[in-house]
Amino acid sequence: MAIPKVFGIETEYGITAAGAPDLNPVLASSILISTYAGSLRRIRWDYEQESPLRDARGFEPVAAREGSDEDLGLANVILPNGARYYVDHAHPEYSTPECITPRELVVHDKAGERILERSLAEVARELPSGPRLSIYKNNSDGKGNSYGTHENYLVDRATPFGDIVRDLTPFFVSRQVFCGAGKVGAEAPWEDRGSTAYQLTQRADFFETEVGLETTLKRPIINTRDEPHADPERYRRLHVIIGDANMCEVATFLKIGTTAIVLKMVEDRFLPDLSIQSPVTALHDVSRDIGCTVTVPLADGRHLSAVQLQWEYFEHAKKYVEREDDTPENQEVLTRWESVLSALETEPLSLHRELDWVAKYRLLAAYRERDGLAWSDPKLRAIDLQYHDIRRGRGLYHRLASSGQVERLTTDEEVDVAVMEPPVDTRAYFRGRCISKYAEAIAAASWDSLIVDTGADALQRIPMRDPLRGTREHVEDLLRVSEDVASLVSRLQS
Amino acid sequence: MPQEQEQVRPQRKGGGSGDDGSDTDAGQTTAASKAAELKDEMDDILDEIDSVLEENAEEFVKSYVQKGGE
Repeated sequence: MAIPKVFGIETEYGITAAGAPDLNPVLASSILISTYAGSLRRIRWDYEQESPLRDARGFEPVAAREGSDEDLGLANVILPNGARYYVDHAHPEYSTPECITPRELVVHDKAGERILERSLAEVARELPSGPRLSIYKNNSDGKGNSYGTHENYLVDRATPFGDIVRDLTPFFVSRQVFCGAGKVGAEAPWEDRGSTAYQLTQRADFFETEVGLETTLKRPIINTRDEPHADPERYRRLHVIIGDANMCEVATFLKIGTTAIVLKMVEDRFLPDLSIQSPVTALHDVSRDIGCTVTVPLADGRHLSAVQLQWEYFEHAKKYVEREDDTPENQEVLTRWESVLSALETEPLSLHRELDWVAKYRLLAAYRERDGLAWSDPKLRAIDLQYHDIRRGRGLYHRLASSGQVERLTTDEEVDVAVMEPPVDTRAYFRGRCISKYAEAIAAASWDSLIVDTGADALQRIPMRDPLRGTREHVEDLLRVSEDVASLVSRLQS
Repeated sequence: MPQEQEQVRPQRKGGGSGDDGSDTDAGQTTAASKAAELKDEMDDILDEIDSVLEENAEEFVKSYVQKGGE
């Protein structure tokens, strides 16, 4: 029986400053985050539990970790909503708190955008003569450099990793038709930039292998990083690195919702073998076909388009949900999934209210037509970038959203609430509430523990090994009656 | 590949229903006004793009360089 799906999204944002080509992005990111956190409370992230080189296939770590940014004391905070906001490499990164419904994760993903936007405003206020920073929620600078948007899903440790690779690879290759954020041109090392006018995804160009541990070079379709941030005997955290950063809420909703159902089917061995002969080639071919009709050869000899492959997954998901997992959330995912696949089959460009790659394409095509521009024109590349600007006054996605031209699944009010409030049905509730209530006494925090200072000689660790414990239902009363962290710890111990 | 992309260039949406032979006057008028409406909507968006696009698109695009992440 499949385990409940807990999931979250980590986003590395692009950062730049107009008129400041020598901007140090590491420093700028750190200033951005620490300025935001200044009004909240700064908490050191505890790296004790982290081992990013551990491999899901059971391999030993391949290399020691270099001195990292964290060692330099760069900004790294946990927020009252249970999220983590920090500097990763040369980018500000936001990791949502753990969620259990796709819709809730859409809300928290959008809350991340709002936090970045508010950070910009805080910096402008505190450093009026500082650089004019801009932030982009995308995955490429158009010059061959990519930064990631990673999804994480809780998976049953008992599921063989080979099953995940077999069933998920064709799914990831084909889901691009609705998950892609769209990109002008190509950046694959083997290809001329202008050889592709427009493609479905930001990221496909950067993927070169099928399975592997790397995330920064030779990127694999299936990443094997194995850091569960939970009880490793019971859980795996599947680290999905192949997705794009989505602005459209429907695209994020589908990306998370469909992948979660597919993972449950993997755990319950519900899927047929849909292996693709050459997944990496297929990934690039699908991304480069905005008609969504190109077919890829399967191992069983059939040739299916990405949409047809998605229909295979959908039909199984429909049966699976009926039999095993009939929830309103899953029904909502199925309904949207079906309607998007139907439209992709007949008229992909009709999905400009739902999907990023179509919404962006529509803008580019109209602009290009009006001004008679070539696809290589810098103006079109500028539009591509500006689509992802997180400022609501400047970003083209946000202009479409505010004039009702893309479909929203959330309201501004619930996104604002999620900026400060954790989800109620995962351990993020406990984490976020403790950060709010006992800030002074929290020495360190990680996804699966809090280290607190009760005033005793030694610091105390509060383990949070199960992502589904520490919910509001579990701990609301406990937190209410525990006026300080010492009483919280003594109640937890009794 | 480029040919495939040309095929799916923006369809004049709204014009479609008037082109399929069911050319009653009412149908044509509706389709025409809908098409005009969509064109206005699109013109507004394009004006809006012009209003927020960085002044020097070429310089803006060229200076947007990121270090790889992840």
